[in-house]
Amino acid sequence: MEAAMDLMRRISPKESETALSTLLSLLPHHSADLLSQVDLPLQVCMDQHLMKEFILCEYNRDADSYRSPWSNKYFPPLEDGPLPSAQLRKLEIEANEVFTVYRDQYYEGGISSVYIWEDHNESFIACFLIKKDGSRTGHGRRGYLQEGSWDAVHVIEVGPEEEGTAHYCLTSTVMLSLTTENKSSGTFNLSGSIRRQMSHDLSVAEGHLCNMGKMIEEMEGKLRNSLDQVYFGKTREMVCTLRPPPPDGIQLRLPEN
Amino acid sequence: MADGGDEPDEAEELSGRQKAEIAKWFLANAPAGEIQYVAKDVRSILGDDGIYEMAAAEAYPVHNKAHLIALQMPDRSGEVLITAYGELDKNNYFEPRTAQVATVDHVKQVCTNVRPASDEELPSPYIEEFRSTLADELSKYVGETYPKGTCAVYCISGKDAEGPGADFEFVIVISAAKYSPQNFCNGRWQSIWNVDFKDDPQFVEIKGKILVGSHYFEEGNVHLDAKNEFKDSTIFQSPEDCAASITNIICHRETEFMASLEESYVHLPDTTFKDLRRKLPVTRTLFPWNNTLQFSLTRDITRELEIGQ
Repeated sequence: MEAAMDLMRRISPKESETALSTLLSLLPHHSADLLSQVDLPLQVCMDQHLMKEFILCEYNRDADSYRSPWSNKYFPPLEDGPLPSAQLRKLEIEANEVFTVYRDQYYEGGISSVYIWEDHNESFIACFLIKKDGSRTGHGRRGYLQEGSWDAVHVIEVGPEEEGTAHYCLTSTVMLSLTTENKSSGTFNLSGSIRRQMSHDLSVAEGHLCNMGKMIEEMEGKLRNSLDQVYFGKTREMVCTLRPPPPDGIQLRLPEN
Repeated sequence: MADGGDEPDEAEELSGRQKAEIAKWFLANAPAGEIQYVAKDVRSILGDDGIYEMAAAEAYPVHNKAHLIALQMPDRSGEVLITAYGELDKNNYFEPRTAQVATVDHVKQVCTNVRPASDEELPSPYIEEFRSTLADELSKYVGETYPKGTCAVYCISGKDAEGPGADFEFVIVISAAKYSPQNFCNGRWQSIWNVDFKDDPQFVEIKGKILVGSHYFEEGNVHLDAKNEFKDSTIFQSPEDCAASITNIICHRETEFMASLEESYVHLPDTTFKDLRRKLPVTRTLFPWNNTLQFSLTRDITRELEIGQ
């Protein structure tokens, strides 16, 4: 299992689907661990009742069907598919509505879904998902990207309420790939994935959704920032080590004749 | 386990051949400088040294050639590049600068032996003058430009031409790698230039491709892959003039590529990356999580309005 996880951080994230499916076939007895620890680009499905797309994950799956957060129905249809309690479903509906606005403000497009379900001891788990196609043929407003995808998975465990506070534990993963392409500069692709955790004890006075939302917003900001500043920056530093830029003031040697 | 276990009742269990194919896939997709680590993982996952060794024997040569790795020759005469252009057979590679043939152990990634190249393996004196003049000029450029760079010039066609009146073709390989596993960072630069000398008209056609890869993986996994292709040409002149003008063209193109790569990085934070996710919402203030009722209310009103229409 350790070796499998080491492989997943070495192989390019663009190949993560192939890598995971081959690991699953080599290590069938670790399949549950692999599926929960390895994140893959998100898939979407159409809610046939409301004609609205939703995101698939392990948390809304039962057998081969997935529950839509919009109609609360399984697609393909499934009899007796488990549903959240009425109380959690109410929170789920509200979370989906608000998260749609949040997603629009930060992503200017994309798809989002939120799933909430009971955990043991009066606690619950919520999963916030965002998928954005930022390519110029997708939802890329500025049209800079030949190809661009951003998939975010936020799983947040909310402990039982005690004396007005609850414990929140958030695990977030972002997977992205962006490609720019033109004649003079060629193809430039950056792809990556990072996962981080954050825990807080917070007063529930303002409600769970407010607490979860703030944590997710803070985490997404941090992840975006470290991808941009640290991870992309390190790959750039490496290129400059391979071929250091000439000191300023030195002219290019132009072709003679 | 029987080889090629295709029996339907064994559908769940992979055959040895299938396992070897998977192992080869991982080894072939190992980032620069990480194949030994990938190999260790693959070996432990397979739990079968026989299958691993079969896969490694096939995958390493492919990886070593694709990554143009440089190996130290045992007689301290410098490095030999592992390339398809210098490959005599699976384990023997021609090193044009020293006119030697290096025997390598692909899986250990070491050069075990060298011998002088035979006359049949070497180009004619006429071709060699063009080749070595170009190689000298080029190694000056590579030495000044790439702290860890190695280059080689191979003659891939027309090497036996005795004098003017014949076409011939060189391939220039420039390879630079930097492995820094303790800092979770590895990278490589490679450029390959085909230089086609045409006798009639007296013309030299140059086609090149540059490939740059960089991997950073401390608590994450981020890859950069950048590449571009180029076409250029110059006049067929004396060996000295050809060497100077070809080296100048390569220097110019590579510097240009590096500048455009830098530019791509500079544009990331404010333009390119913004199409995936903005730093701040369109409202330019953090999301009002304390006051989300407004969104639900607006929705209710919109809905009622829609119904009312």
